[in-house]
Amino acid sequence: MDVISQLQRQFIDYTSSLYREGYVDDQFSQLQKLQDESNPDFVVEVVSLFFDDCQKLVQNMAQALEQQNVDFRQVDSHVHQLKGSSSSVGASRVKNACIAFRTFCEAQNREGCLRCLQQVNQEYSVLKNKLQQLFRLEQQIIAAGGSIPMVE
Amino acid sequence: MSGGSSSLGNVSRISALIVDDDPVIRKLHSAMLKSLGIQFQLAVNGKEAVDLYRSGANIHIATKELRAMGVSSIIVGVSSRCSDEEREEFISAGLDHCYAKPLTVAKIKSLLEGIKY
Repeated sequence: MDVISQLQRQFIDYTSSLYREGYVDDQFSQLQKLQDESNPDFVVEVVSLFFDDCQKLVQNMAQALEQQNVDFRQVDSHVHQLKGSSSSVGASRVKNACIAFRTFCEAQNREGCLRCLQQVNQEYSVLKNKLQQLFRLEQQIIAAGGSIPMVE
Repeated sequence: MSGGSSSLGNVSRISALIVDDDPVIRKLHSAMLKSLGIQFQLAVNGKEAVDLYRSGANIHIATKELRAMGVSSIIVGVSSRCSDEEREEFISAGLDHCYAKPLTVAKIKSLLEGIKY
């Protein structure tokens, strides 16, 4: 198998595993469909924005949870925002972590919230690595002169 | 631009305003509208309106203010909360439609098909 086919095979397998393992959902493929010649780096740009956003929100949540008197509504509003953006980019595990997080906010359970914050942080870190790996594969394919296969 | 836009008629008569304080959402929704050939503007200002929407509880006020200003255009809410209760709240506040996030191109298309333009 030539280099390009091998890389494409890897890309397809890796992408499929991301869907299969629930790291991304169908909304992520919506993102990929919006990428075209007029918008060639769309997915990378949106994903980068999302990770910056995520980092900022996680910091805000951590700060809010450190207070003597935790303002759970404040924490919840950050989680709410992250839930919105994660669902919109297809970051399925991050989104699910947010859903769980919100129930602890509503219950005003600080320990539970801290656990969820850790979970969110972990999911975001893992996803970031996975997607960076995916983008690297894409770049390798393009550098070898191939095209990115569509994965349905 | 994706195909199938011919079934939507003349979208050049539509202009949209995307309001969301989340830059990820603004970028995503922009690309979706662009793919359908719809012109749009982004609002990060009109901060008060955005804040009111974001705080959820005050959408009545924000929408009423917009309507009182003479805004008769269609207002579509896109929210991560979309329980039946919240949908009712949106509609009774004067919004025309409410969609749950994530917004998709398919949802926008179905909205457009319901509008006469």
